[in-house]
Amino acid sequence: MTHHDLMRFLFGRLSLDAIPYQEPILVWTFVGVAIVGAAVFGYITYKRAWIYLYKEWFCSIDHKKIGVMYLVLGLVMLLRGFSDAILMRIQQAIAFGGSTGYLEPHHYDQIFTAHGVIMIFFVAMPLITGLMNYVVPLQIGARDVAFPFLNNFSFWMTTAGAMLVMASLFIGEFARTGWLAYPPLSGIAYSPDVGVDYYIWSLQIAGIGTLLSGVNILATIIKMRAPGMTLMRMPIFTWTALCTNVLIVAAFPVLTAVLVLLSLDRYAGMDFFSNDFGGNAMMYVNLIWIWGHPEVYILILPVFGVFSEVVSTFSGKRLFGYASMVYATIVITILSYLVWLHHFFTMGSGASVNSFFGITTMIISIPTGAKMFNWLFTMYHGRIRFELPMLWTMGFMITFVVGGMTGVLLAVPPADFVLHNSLFLVAHFHNVIIGGVVFGAFAGITYWFPKATGFQLDPFWGKLSFWFWFSGFWFAFTPLYVLGLMGVTRRMGHFDDPSLQIWFRIAAFGALLIFLGIISFIVQLVVSIRNREALRDLTGDPWNGRTLEWSTSSPPPEYNFAFTPHVFDQDAWWDMKTRGSERPTTGFKPIHMPKSTSAGLVLAVLSAICGFGLIWHIWWMAIVGFVSVIATAIFHTFNTDRDFHIPAEEVVRVEDQRSRLLAHQV
Amino acid sequence: MSSSASNAMSNTEPSGFYDLSGSHHPENGTMLGFWLYLMSDCLVFAVLFAMYGVLGGSYAAGPGPKELFELPVVAVNTSMLLLSSITYGFAMLEMARNRKAATLIWLAITGLFGAAFVGLELNEFVHLIDEGAGPQRSAFLSAFFTLVGTHGLHVSFGIVWLITLMVQVSRNGLTPIMQRRLSCLSLFWHFLDVVWIGVFTFVYLVGVLR
Repeated sequence: MTHHDLMRFLFGRLSLDAIPYQEPILVWTFVGVAIVGAAVFGYITYKRAWIYLYKEWFCSIDHKKIGVMYLVLGLVMLLRGFSDAILMRIQQAIAFGGSTGYLEPHHYDQIFTAHGVIMIFFVAMPLITGLMNYVVPLQIGARDVAFPFLNNFSFWMTTAGAMLVMASLFIGEFARTGWLAYPPLSGIAYSPDVGVDYYIWSLQIAGIGTLLSGVNILATIIKMRAPGMTLMRMPIFTWTALCTNVLIVAAFPVLTAVLVLLSLDRYAGMDFFSNDFGGNAMMYVNLIWIWGHPEVYILILPVFGVFSEVVSTFSGKRLFGYASMVYATIVITILSYLVWLHHFFTMGSGASVNSFFGITTMIISIPTGAKMFNWLFTMYHGRIRFELPMLWTMGFMITFVVGGMTGVLLAVPPADFVLHNSLFLVAHFHNVIIGGVVFGAFAGITYWFPKATGFQLDPFWGKLSFWFWFSGFWFAFTPLYVLGLMGVTRRMGHFDDPSLQIWFRIAAFGALLIFLGIISFIVQLVVSIRNREALRDLTGDPWNGRTLEWSTSSPPPEYNFAFTPHVFDQDAWWDMKTRGSERPTTGFKPIHMPKSTSAGLVLAVLSAICGFGLIWHIWWMAIVGFVSVIATAIFHTFNTDRDFHIPAEEVVRVEDQRSRLLAHQV
Repeated sequence: MSSSASNAMSNTEPSGFYDLSGSHHPENGTMLGFWLYLMSDCLVFAVLFAMYGVLGGSYAAGPGPKELFELPVVAVNTSMLLLSSITYGFAMLEMARNRKAATLIWLAITGLFGAAFVGLELNEFVHLIDEGAGPQRSAFLSAFFTLVGTHGLHVSFGIVWLITLMVQVSRNGLTPIMQRRLSCLSLFWHFLDVVWIGVFTFVYLVGVLR
């Protein structure tokens, strides 16, 4: 075996050339990340918090802690995804005529790919999964999810995927294909390097986590509702979570399968999507959108649920049209499977196929419109409190309606032939994703933050953040609508026509405003944590809420409810309050709970190692990683010591403390 | 029946705002959760079938099903898998009678049938590759190897799982946890049988007819 062969065996395609020294932007980013990372590491070490973090958080199978970890992951990755966005906005604002800007094409292409992948898979998904994880068991009066260990495992798999994407920044490169990696561009002939492999394996690993968390929340909602909570008494957020997880279970396997097929083309020389030997690249586009369109509803449905909770709470009224809200959600769930082809009307399927998908797409706006009217009628004659979550909700209602209408425009096939792949499309989907999912995630975070922490968020910085985001969104994306109508296509790193430049400058200004919105949000967190004593809420019900999560303390005890509540109404907690329910203070019993375990973290780390080996063709590492994943999983099944009882005395101690706090409050 | 159901309903209709007796225990969701997982796995196969449906005629001037498939071998192979499903059923019956040794024996027989199935399939694959009809030859063969191979991988995984459960049953006995796990594997095993019937029909039988 020669030296070369040995190195090839040990390191596969990986060599020191994979580290991008020659890219000053990446070097400085690395320096920045290293400094921040070292600071965080040092701070945790200084506080001697590693063991606490490991035992109480990393190994925790408490759905509340896992929910918070998902949200932290989503917010951290938002910073990365937004850095990509601002890099692109600056590039497009300056790269005109003779100026090529500061990003080379191969780098620019990685940035727009990474931006899309990160924002969808590692920002939006963790944010909504985090909210569902935290809130759903509390809303249905359960003590945890159906499969607490799987929940922890799912979180770490998502994180492992995110880590692989982050690794691609400094070791090798990311895909240059756009966020859905269409072949033949993503095939081995046109993308021979590791970028697409990073894409494939990070999504496969994170996808396993998403699928399992979908199964988990679904089983939780179906099997673990409190006595009396019939389906039509479930809070709307739980309903939307139910439908979203149906979509996850029914859509993510398609993504898994299509990425396997792409890997087989790349790794085994098969011909699914190649141009030779009878492959069909359009099959990839079909399949990925059969996952991809339900995916956008996976993101938007839970935030529709958030808005429903928020509107009802802050209008002081029962939600208008509860049943129609439920049916609208279900109709959207079903229709989301019947529209995928509108992403590629230009494929040339013929007039009849295109009309079918154009019409189904337009029909989706009907249940969505019904929801919008339900929210409006809930507010009508309501005693509206303009708290932060309500601001985000109203910002959503205005923004999302515009995004929805441009969507209906794009659903008309002849119009789509003109607007396909233009900046109009880019403006449309940012309009619904920022105006819907992001605003909804912020509404949800500000709404449930006092529940999770026991203190409220500082309203001043929150309002600042909202107004920066709201105005920033319109400054950043209105110009893209205009440019799109003028025929400017997406994913361009350079433009010739100088008359377009002013629009890109306005868009860059909008991105700056959004940047200030993100900064304000971070400041808001810091200020709120500092002033937490002043912002403290002892009641557990700071907003005068209506659903069961507000019936317990903030933060809730490990076991959520000392006694499982009985449900008689869709606004169960409101019903309990108005009918004078008394919180029981005696007769506590031991509570049966699952035990923490490190198995999820270990499995995810091993999966990431396996993925890294596959990306770099380090076969021994991939095999060792895979075999250890299987072995660890089997080993874990031999562990039957998985639960314990919280002793009654401990429950008494926690509940007595709450009684004292409540008495103190009055 | 309906009156007893409504009685049960009114019995579960709670009184008071809290379950003070601590009598409420949520149902175990494992079987439902596993069923949901199986349905998601079913979609993976749906995608592979769809791929085969679209690319199944793309021979790229290479060999087609008629030249490649040997139905007698496939028939033997199919009967191995169908028999393994029956023997798994016997194992479950013995489990219900709480007879550990008999359960283990039937499980072992099931595993042997499964191994025979995988062995015959690998033999077929090697044979095809030797003839120059490997998965890189044409889109049809890519789709064929992936669909049939994914099913084979599932069966292999099921065998590993079966062995694990046999070790656990022999150590722990037929505890409720072990019964639940055996039921999950039973669902998985029969599910693979159903998928194989689809493969046998649409890939092999229709392929040879075409």
